[in-house]
Amino acid sequence: MAAISRDDVAHLAKLARIDMSEAELDHLAQEMDVILGAVARVQEVAASDVPPTSHPIPVHNVVREDVVLPSLTPQEALSGAPAQAEDRFKVPQILGEE
Amino acid sequence: MTSIKSTAAEMAAALSEGSVTSVELTKAHFDHIDEVDPAVHAFLYLDKEGALAQAAEVDAKRQKGEALAPLAGVPLALKDVMVQKGIPTTCGSKMLEGWRPPYDSTVVTKLKNAGVVILGKTNMDEFAMGSSTENSAYGPTHNPWDLTRIPGGSGGGSAAALAAFEAPLAIGTDTGGSIRQPAAVTGTVGVKPTYGGVSRYGLIAFSSSLDQAGPCARTVLDAALLHEVIAGHDEKDSTSINAPVPQVVKAAKRLDVKGMKIGVVKELQGDGFQAGVLSRFHEALDLLVDAGAELVEVSCPTFDYALAAYYLIAPSECSSNLARFDSMRYGIRVGDNGERSAEEVMKLTRHEGFGPEVKRRIILGTYALSSGYYDAYYGSAQKVRTLLMRDFNAAFAKADVLVSPTAPTTAFKIGEQVNDPLAMYLNDIATIPVNMAGIGGMSLPCGLAPEDGLPVGFQIMSAAMKDDLMYQVGGALEAALVSKWGGSILDKAPVLAAN
Repeated sequence: MAAISRDDVAHLAKLARIDMSEAELDHLAQEMDVILGAVARVQEVAASDVPPTSHPIPVHNVVREDVVLPSLTPQEALSGAPAQAEDRFKVPQILGEE
Repeated sequence: MTSIKSTAAEMAAALSEGSVTSVELTKAHFDHIDEVDPAVHAFLYLDKEGALAQAAEVDAKRQKGEALAPLAGVPLALKDVMVQKGIPTTCGSKMLEGWRPPYDSTVVTKLKNAGVVILGKTNMDEFAMGSSTENSAYGPTHNPWDLTRIPGGSGGGSAAALAAFEAPLAIGTDTGGSIRQPAAVTGTVGVKPTYGGVSRYGLIAFSSSLDQAGPCARTVLDAALLHEVIAGHDEKDSTSINAPVPQVVKAAKRLDVKGMKIGVVKELQGDGFQAGVLSRFHEALDLLVDAGAELVEVSCPTFDYALAAYYLIAPSECSSNLARFDSMRYGIRVGDNGERSAEEVMKLTRHEGFGPEVKRRIILGTYALSSGYYDAYYGSAQKVRTLLMRDFNAAFAKADVLVSPTAPTTAFKIGEQVNDPLAMYLNDIATIPVNMAGIGGMSLPCGLAPEDGLPVGFQIMSAAMKDDLMYQVGGALEAALVSKWGGSILDKAPVLAAN
């Protein structure tokens, strides 16, 4: 498997929405290379006839009766909000200028 | 006469016969916490007012002759990964500094309904990622056996609180060993129930297919008593198992292993395991044989790949789960100056709010799930998971329970492994297979390593929903060990005093 570059890490950080300093990127690129080298050995035993397991205990779609149950009030739901206005979460702009 | 050194079962008995009140017991614990926690740092938050009010309520009910649950009035320490309404919950992260959840987790609801008094929230590795509690944004917890050493992780706060007699019971969560490894290195008992045995509702998610809450205590019986309080089906968790809770209290009290087959896992006792860990482990096996159990060697060849698979699956799920920390609805928000976009604020907040290990895992998981690499990494890891489950199935066909040392070494020094992620990950080599297969696992102390005098953990694994079997073996082994030692292992721990 190809080694991971510093640019790869910068791209992953962008995808994960984490700002990273130059020093962090340098450090993480080195660490990722070592960690990926260690975990890549899963490929040694992952033969094509082995089915994947995503969940240890078999569960199927679980549904409940469609009835209204008590839920959070707007005040409770907003109690941890960094900013709020008119019973809503107030967020920074999500669209840039046209 | 009950004291803070009594077991939870003894405290419950003293409360029910009226020789102590819950308010007295709760105050005694807070007094001791005030004395020793500046050195141990097991707690991130103490809810003195709430706990004393809860204790007074239990006392009032008892005085009126109302029927109470077995552990009513007994204090408990809650890992800070579990939400409790109105009580600061940080998950060991700066990201959630100051957050007070607007609801109770199901575990907390069950504890409150049972009258268990919640003293406060315990320290942990950030978002439960770590094996030493050094990844907490609020500073490390110190092992009561030696304050320069780690208490394990991620639930080091809960385990240290037990070992320092700051609480007789605690709640932990275990994704790859975060209940069992801290129990091992602090000389306490920790149980990861079968996946789905305890509700995950209100447990801040790290890796959803692996996370499981469970009881931490100083004895196997105490763990069983707490297990029965928190376990059971919950409609609010779609992965919760809809079946009766295994009768773990009854099993813990049986003290009989005659004719039971104990499978010793060949792959979990070789290279990398400290000599003193192995010698205490083998002495414990001898005690089980003396008690009438039969040892069988079992081989689980895929275990050699479990750690690698875990460090793909857990980070992958974490990269998805931790996407919720976006600075929009709760948690901190950084850099919102009215000019920056939501995305820029999100990136600044996640830069500031997450510590190095969390970032490392998010990046690793993002990589493992990205197109082009998915099959080679995440897909292969899921296949290893299937192979691990086949290994366990074959082993459980030969044995009632499986055993191994819980952790390869005793507690290491704070700072010793912090710059070497791969060395740190190896601490969970014996505990991870249990999470990958969703089965039950327990750690109980089996002695002190001769070379350093520090506690060694003995791990017992039982098949899914056969949790009672590990309690049966654990209870019997503990009784044999305590009789050999002439008391609890914690009697040998150094006495902590205010400085």
